[in-house]
Amino acid sequence: MSAVAETAPAGASGGQARTFFAVLRRDVYVTWSELPVFLAQVILQPLFLLFVFGKVLSSLGYTQNGYSDLLFPGLLALTAVITGMQTLAFPLVVEFGWTKEIEDRLLAPMATGLVAAEKVLFATMRAIIATSIMIPVGILVLGSIPWRWSGVPLLVVVLVLGSLLGAGLGLVMGTLVVPNRINIVFSLVFTPLLFTGCSQYPWPSLSRLPWFQYVTAANPMTYVSEAMRAALVPSVPHIEPWICLLVLAGALAVLMSIGVRGFYRRAID
Amino acid sequence: MERASLPDEQAATGSTPAPVPIAAPALPAVLVQSLVKRYPKSPVNAVDGVSFEVRRGEVFALLGPNGAGKTTTVGMLTTRVRPTSGTAAIDGLDVARNPVEARSKLAVVPQRSNLDRSLSIRDNLVFHAAYHGVGKAEARARADELLAQFGLGERAGVKPDLFSGGQAQRVMIARALMHRPQVLFLDEPSTGLDPAARLFVWDRLRELKERGVTLMLTTHDMHEAAELSDRVAIMDHGRILALDTPQALIHSLPGSTTLELSAHAPEGAGAPEGLLDALGALPDVQRVESVGEDSGQGPELRLRLYLGGPAPALLAPAAAVLERHGLQLSAVEIGTPTLEDVFIHLTGRKLR
Repeated sequence: MSAVAETAPAGASGGQARTFFAVLRRDVYVTWSELPVFLAQVILQPLFLLFVFGKVLSSLGYTQNGYSDLLFPGLLALTAVITGMQTLAFPLVVEFGWTKEIEDRLLAPMATGLVAAEKVLFATMRAIIATSIMIPVGILVLGSIPWRWSGVPLLVVVLVLGSLLGAGLGLVMGTLVVPNRINIVFSLVFTPLLFTGCSQYPWPSLSRLPWFQYVTAANPMTYVSEAMRAALVPSVPHIEPWICLLVLAGALAVLMSIGVRGFYRRAID
Repeated sequence: MERASLPDEQAATGSTPAPVPIAAPALPAVLVQSLVKRYPKSPVNAVDGVSFEVRRGEVFALLGPNGAGKTTTVGMLTTRVRPTSGTAAIDGLDVARNPVEARSKLAVVPQRSNLDRSLSIRDNLVFHAAYHGVGKAEARARADELLAQFGLGERAGVKPDLFSGGQAQRVMIARALMHRPQVLFLDEPSTGLDPAARLFVWDRLRELKERGVTLMLTTHDMHEAAELSDRVAIMDHGRILALDTPQALIHSLPGSTTLELSAHAPEGAGAPEGLLDALGALPDVQRVESVGEDSGQGPELRLRLYLGGPAPALLAPAAAVLERHGLQLSAVEIGTPTLEDVFIHLTGRKLR
């Protein structure tokens, strides 16, 4: 191809990597320029949950002493999953369905799948940062948080998997939902996800409420919450970490394959 | 006028992958062969076997009504729509097989703004360049140069939310030029713009043409097609009906002037029997088309006469013919044929 050589081909794999990081840089740049909005978005909800359930209720004597210890790991799980999901799903629905802003990236010289991969990577990064911020916030609100250095490796693994899980959920929702349904779908998915993910209660204790135990077992966030407890407060009964990691890996595989397929369907007719 | 298939050009460029002479700049900017797109669950092809080529530096327009298949054709050329069959190549590169490489050779200016609302105008341009691997310093310099050229220098730091359609259009053209594409695709470039903005966009496009940028536009606006294009392909129902220079397309029509007659039709039942024949039998009348009964209030019949001679001489005889058929002449328009007439001639319908 003599004519191809005369233009710098950005299509080579090095070029695709460069394009990928340019798109990632765009997302980081936008988040950085809207940092207060980002912080408010990700911190407010878990902060209030932490404050009301962990501080207010226990100060008033409505919850037992150890409750905030089992709540805190659950809120880390919640922050990771919800932030990953929100970061990806909302903008994607709007970009595909309404503003079409994503088109400039879809027409950039990289494989369409890499556009989706960048979205997942960025959402995961945001979720990890937001969740990490919850640690000092927890110390501030509660005075002290449950912490075990020996649990940190598991914590890190679960943090990454939980953030990826949120991103995967976001990718699926963002590509399946049409803009005029966004409100309905998000309230139908968001609220149940929030309250059936075992972030506010440990799963084994639900044996007294078997039907709800089944419901929560179907929410992949449950396994993030449980593994977080295994890492930070192993004295609280929890699902075995290896089961959690296995379920999370399976859920991720399913969500990503549905999400990427959905992304291709939206990106290319 | 050449009809649809363009046999000569196809034979010359497409059928054999014979070695291209070394120094030849013969590779067309865009080459489309027997391109078909059928959407799932659709009974008909949205694009139904389209073939054409766009030469380097040419301005090429796909002209047709909404739903003619123009946007789908461009969608396939710009890697956003997967062809059902046939090939589409940009600069010799099959876009379906090499979408990633093809994207670095093309740029798209859509009809509606798809600017990045989180970024300023200038950052829209700079990040677009970064996606395409243009170095930072070069991107910044080029962004400033293009923003100045498009009259946007003072608004470089503004986010596009606040922009009018015309301004957004200008930004999108500037953005598209950031990575120096081989072919620039523009979808309805001046639809919805006010007249001044429209002229501004047209002037910028003419400048690009002078600089040798290949432009391919889709439009349902015959003025736009006639004003800007070197060649026009008239599309309807997924097919190309005619392809030539605007002048050649118009000259292919019978008659050198047109006389459009409007008449109140009492029953609104269309042209009375024998009316078209009677008008066609008048001296100098080469063809008569009924162009719809849609305008204004009440049923109105509109007929277009293609004439070989001056129109005024025919006014009185034509009015008399109408009267004899129980119709009263309500309006008269004399004109020279346009691309719209070519479309009517080919399809029996108006463009919109």
